[in-house]
Amino acid sequence: MIKFLNVSKTYPNGVEALKNINLEINEGEFVAIIGLSGAGKSTLLRLINKLIDSTGGEVFFDGESVTKAKGKDLINIRRQIGMIFQGFNIVKRMSVLSNVLSGRVAYHPTWKTILGIFPEEDKQIAYRALQRVDILEKVHNRASDLSGGQQQRVAIARALAQEPKLMLADEPVASLDPITTVQVMDYLKKINEEDGITTVANLHHVDLAWNYSTRIVGVREGKVVYDEQRKDLKKSKFFADLEMVYGRPITHDEILGDE
Amino acid sequence: MMDKITVPKPRRFRRNFVILTVAFLILGSAWFAGFNIFEVMGNLYKGSRLLGRMFLPPDFSYIPRIISPMLETIQMALVGTFVGAIIALPTAVLAANNFIKTKWLHVPLRLILNIFRTIPAMVLASLFVAVFGLGAFSGVMALAIFTFGLISKLTFESIEAIDYGQVEALMSLGANKMNVLRYAIMPQILPQYTSYTIYGFEVNIRAAAVLGWVGAGGIGQTLEYNLAWRNFDKVGMIIIFSFAIVLVIDLVSSAIRKRLV
Repeated sequence: MIKFLNVSKTYPNGVEALKNINLEINEGEFVAIIGLSGAGKSTLLRLINKLIDSTGGEVFFDGESVTKAKGKDLINIRRQIGMIFQGFNIVKRMSVLSNVLSGRVAYHPTWKTILGIFPEEDKQIAYRALQRVDILEKVHNRASDLSGGQQQRVAIARALAQEPKLMLADEPVASLDPITTVQVMDYLKKINEEDGITTVANLHHVDLAWNYSTRIVGVREGKVVYDEQRKDLKKSKFFADLEMVYGRPITHDEILGDE
Repeated sequence: MMDKITVPKPRRFRRNFVILTVAFLILGSAWFAGFNIFEVMGNLYKGSRLLGRMFLPPDFSYIPRIISPMLETIQMALVGTFVGAIIALPTAVLAANNFIKTKWLHVPLRLILNIFRTIPAMVLASLFVAVFGLGAFSGVMALAIFTFGLISKLTFESIEAIDYGQVEALMSLGANKMNVLRYAIMPQILPQYTSYTIYGFEVNIRAAAVLGWVGAGGIGQTLEYNLAWRNFDKVGMIIIFSFAIVLVIDLVSSAIRKRLV
């Protein structure tokens, strides 16, 4: 579904974020990407929907080149890819419903979306998305009135409204407390399993990767240094192997701990 | 026995240099401008007599006659602000460097905005009087141009300071530029833009009050006429009346703006 072919990214300031990445992600997987901050996780994720341009190699989504896509083709790729962020990035001065409906803008002519005209069936899609993450009762609230965990659920609903094939999650729980963290991760897992939406998540906590993913990819200094199917792993071996990814034993704050 | 700690003395050279330079600039300017404190003292009596003629008492019977030019002043400010603010919004979007990344557009645009903002409304008004003739229309044009420069500048700076994460999120779901504008940028800047527009109105009321001086309509024209005829009690009344109106509008507009942002 996603294919990285010799992909590298060097930022204008000379930082080599990714070095010759080759990676293939298959339909239905829940891939956790782990690694130190600055290892290139965010860059890797943003190359999939071209929020960042690569400086070498090519990225494919469903056989189509994302790297070469422009204009309408790029929009067509992006609307199939939902994305949620560490900072939620929902529009705080709009209602929850407007936020979720904005997930539909790429499916309609611009003059309609600018006027805020969405067909009734889009509203149904939005309501259903909100229902999936159990926050339908907040539909007419202003987004800024919600708590962090609720805002992240609205962000998930917005992504769901796109009816995506792929869900990218960039540190989705890094600004949440442990209890809401588990809630949000549960929703992502449920969507992955029930709707078959392929999910790629950058995670800071290695035990979340262990608990939720089907595959764990470790990134270190711009290279993929670890790539295992979750079902082939033993917990003790996994935690011991993490030294490959982090270059040192795991520290306390990289483990969320048991509830 | 502990050693005594010595630190180098603070270097005051820069500070002293700045103080001396500023003092020199102020005194030099006063001398060049012919400012003389003795002249101020010597004319205090003349000044107080003039104040007496203006305000002891002002000509209250003149109020009905100045209501209509005062209304014209308010209308000028209102229309000028409205027209300027409307044009300012799209211009600000084009001038912001995070929405349109080509320098070819926003560099020249900013230059034009700066020029508009630097020209005082009075100067603009005299130019427009020369072009469009005497009357309120020239005043409105002058205010509109000035407001346009002011609000565009403030608004594009707000656009550049928005939370870019919300823009990124909209891009990630396949929104084009227009949709990013509508769903990520506008919700963030609209309250500030409204606030700037009300502030523009506040400024324009004060500017409009004197635009009559160059023949651009409003209360300023009445003021100039009465000064020329040395009707100081009427001048006093106009000043009191204008002051009251400006004060009320300032109070109301700051109250609204406080609730907006």
